[in-house]
Amino acid sequence: MSTIGQSVRRTEAPNKVTGRAKYNADTHGPGTLWAHLVVSSEAHAKILRIDRDKAMTMAGVKAIVTGDDVSLLCGEVLEDRPPLAKGKVRYYGEPIALVVATGEAEAMLAALAIQVEYQKLPVVHTPLEAMRPDAPLIHENLGHYAIAKPPISPQPGTNIADVVTLRKGDMNVGWKSSAVSIEGNFTLPSIDHAAMETRSAKVEILHDGRVIVHTTTQAPFEVQKLLSQYFGITQGKVIVNAPLVGGAFGGKATVQLEILAYLASRAVSGRLVQLVNSREQDFKTSPVGTGLQAKIKLGATRQGKLTVAELTFWVDVGAYTDSSPRMARAITSDCTGPYRVDHVHCDTYCLYTNHTYATAYRGFGHMPMTFCIERAMDKLADRLAIDPLQLRRLNAIQPGHTTPTGVTLNLSRLGNLNACIDRMNDLVTKPPGQVTRVAHRVRATGVSCFWKTSSSPPDASSGAIITFNQEGSMNLSTGTVEFGAGTKTTSAQILAERMDMSIEDIHVHTHINTKVDPEHWKTVASLSTFMVGRAVLDAADDAITQLKSLAAVVLRCASADLAVGQGRVFIKDDPTMNVAFKDIVHGYQYPEGNAIGGQVIGRGTYIVRHLSPLNPDDGQGRPGPAWTVGCQAVEVELDTSDGTYEILRAMTVVDIGRLINPKGALGMVMGGMCQGLGYGSREAVRYDALGRLVTDQFRTYRTMRLGEQPNYQVDFVETPQIDAPYGARAVGEHGVLAIPSALANALARAAGVEIDSLPATPEAIWRLGTEVQA
Amino acid sequence: MFSYTTRQSLILRVNQDALTVTPRPSDTLLYTLRQELGLTGAKPGCENGDCGACTVIFDNLPLKSCLMLTAEAVGHEITTVEGFHHTALQDAFMDHWAFQCGYCTSGFLTTAHALLTRHPDADRQTMVEWLRSNLCRCTGYQEIGDAVWSVLQAGQT
Repeated sequence: MSTIGQSVRRTEAPNKVTGRAKYNADTHGPGTLWAHLVVSSEAHAKILRIDRDKAMTMAGVKAIVTGDDVSLLCGEVLEDRPPLAKGKVRYYGEPIALVVATGEAEAMLAALAIQVEYQKLPVVHTPLEAMRPDAPLIHENLGHYAIAKPPISPQPGTNIADVVTLRKGDMNVGWKSSAVSIEGNFTLPSIDHAAMETRSAKVEILHDGRVIVHTTTQAPFEVQKLLSQYFGITQGKVIVNAPLVGGAFGGKATVQLEILAYLASRAVSGRLVQLVNSREQDFKTSPVGTGLQAKIKLGATRQGKLTVAELTFWVDVGAYTDSSPRMARAITSDCTGPYRVDHVHCDTYCLYTNHTYATAYRGFGHMPMTFCIERAMDKLADRLAIDPLQLRRLNAIQPGHTTPTGVTLNLSRLGNLNACIDRMNDLVTKPPGQVTRVAHRVRATGVSCFWKTSSSPPDASSGAIITFNQEGSMNLSTGTVEFGAGTKTTSAQILAERMDMSIEDIHVHTHINTKVDPEHWKTVASLSTFMVGRAVLDAADDAITQLKSLAAVVLRCASADLAVGQGRVFIKDDPTMNVAFKDIVHGYQYPEGNAIGGQVIGRGTYIVRHLSPLNPDDGQGRPGPAWTVGCQAVEVELDTSDGTYEILRAMTVVDIGRLINPKGALGMVMGGMCQGLGYGSREAVRYDALGRLVTDQFRTYRTMRLGEQPNYQVDFVETPQIDAPYGARAVGEHGVLAIPSALANALARAAGVEIDSLPATPEAIWRLGTEVQA
Repeated sequence: MFSYTTRQSLILRVNQDALTVTPRPSDTLLYTLRQELGLTGAKPGCENGDCGACTVIFDNLPLKSCLMLTAEAVGHEITTVEGFHHTALQDAFMDHWAFQCGYCTSGFLTTAHALLTRHPDADRQTMVEWLRSNLCRCTGYQEIGDAVWSVLQAGQT
């Protein structure tokens, strides 16, 4: 029976329902030292003095490390971030000192005794404030930072860390051929990943020079690479372990605590040190998902055909760039949303502010980007008096069209957005433009479309290794981390399918160790099924070739006459003639005792192909292997008297290419929708007037709770991506992308106001309504 | 009333075993379960009572073990997720895909288990009120509700 399309249970499910699944901070031996961070209580200030004298004398304290002890600047793209603040602090919660002590309590007490004296500097609160010519400079040395991974265009003497420029077509032609235009200005807050497991890292430096790291990461190979680079250790001596991860959403693709834990261990002769974020520090010290401001102008014909788009995004990167320059390019690449627009002008700025620095968040900038373009589309629908779904159908991007960066699309690369919109048209039951009013309760539906490609580096690669147990079952080793997305289960299904074996006979290595598992670039960008799946297929084919080669000798036939299935190699035209895996996978032994062959070890690789970085002048290039498209809708009932509302239904139709695991895919999409509703309705990283983050607990940073979720309706279109394993498209991030905009579109329609910022809390809606009446 | 001011040996009843622990007076039950007893199913999601990932069953009530001192647990019966073996609830969570990363799962299982014990006749609204105490960041919550509801319904027929 085929495994593809079956909702097989997660490989790690039994351990997750018994408390036996081990996450990073669940394992610790006696003698482990604890590190605790002293963090900034100011958003922007000079550090005048750090007094550690008293703390050094306290019980159990082994070492205290500050920025003065470390000469290092970190950063995935631009090396602008000291692991411990040096000379000044740039965000509230920034690490200043690291206390290492014999126990957690001792480290915490000593951290409290460290006094930091600041001289406050003026605070930059928003990206647009950061753009002002008279804005306080956050990075005085911007011109001197090393570029770790181009492209990036920092503008010294300003707060502009990067600018991405995209030019397609001719704006004059675009505007001339338009009959109507709309403009929208949008402000979106940063979001917190709020994974249930806080980040943590453990590091031990052995006397033979090996550095053993255990960490909550989506990118163990990136941790290995960066520690090697930053501290001059040969990569072979940096061994990074990534056990099960308790939720990630992009927030664990960045490298932060690993560097600090290394510094802590180094300060105590390499002893094993663990550093675990409290929830409060996870919120304020570790990076957040980006917020942004944007201005969007769209032009269209009377009939509603888009002719031109002029877009500016001001991305709030916070205090340090991290992966934001790559994210700015991802935003720019897909800036029009999934619509055909021939004339496009987009400028995306990465701006330093005194906010917590930003990193990837599920969708890599596409959720806020999509919000802006999809709100703009609804404004255009209103202006033209066209049904919002019809407007999207009219402009939906199709095979043969080109993307903003000039990629010509085909059905395999793009999928079928029209089919998604048509199914959504059935799901929403009545045109989204209509509202239903009963007294002061108004029902409305908002719709939005999304698309996204991966924006991986052009050389991202993946590997897979298959070994066999003597009984004939298989072990699969890949470099993807399991943080909940089900990548281990999916890769096991892909292998089971190719080998025509039971999934029970596939044993997947869940705990990644960079020394033995083949590299996978990073478990990000919804790419694992595609990249790892391709590597698994390659490894399976390699194993099959070896199995057939040996079986051909045993069965006295040509390899070409053989096939594999059900743990056997058999002759295609006479399956009764066969040899079991168990008799050949560790070599074949003749009855008289001689043996031939050896262990079968399948080796597979995949590297993304034909990608090219965006041209710095016009942004043209190929950012990802394929797109995933879809349409989402949210139905609300708003009480216009006070702005409170209920989210009744949330709907998604996504072109998934091919369903590998239906329940797994459904869960990923619904989970994404739930997060999107959180961001749309309540979530925001908030700062006070002094730039201090005030949302550092779950009672102030509010996520969705059980019972607040709507009725979900999820439907799949299946247009295969031909180069993907069994045609499966990326889907891990996509459930979140257009939900905040669909919610805002619904609420805007119900309330009769423009909702151009988030979160759309009842108070915000009530205020907007009050302004309309006034 | 009792008081103690330094580390002291106590006996806890956990998963039907009598276990000797030596906590500091300030140690929470969560800390002792994890650090002294190796029962790491209960998770430190916030250590503030907001997320419910550390929930254990205290006599018959679900209780956030980050909000209770170890000393307060003496004389009570504590059940952690490690105390469940092949229950219908665990199967339902697997079949309904009621978790992704799994970090919140122990807390949802203990909360739901206590609900099934105390209110086997719970209606859907009661179930939702109980499960609202716990946070999940991965699922859409529907999967968790459906899993628990399936077991409630099976017991009610």
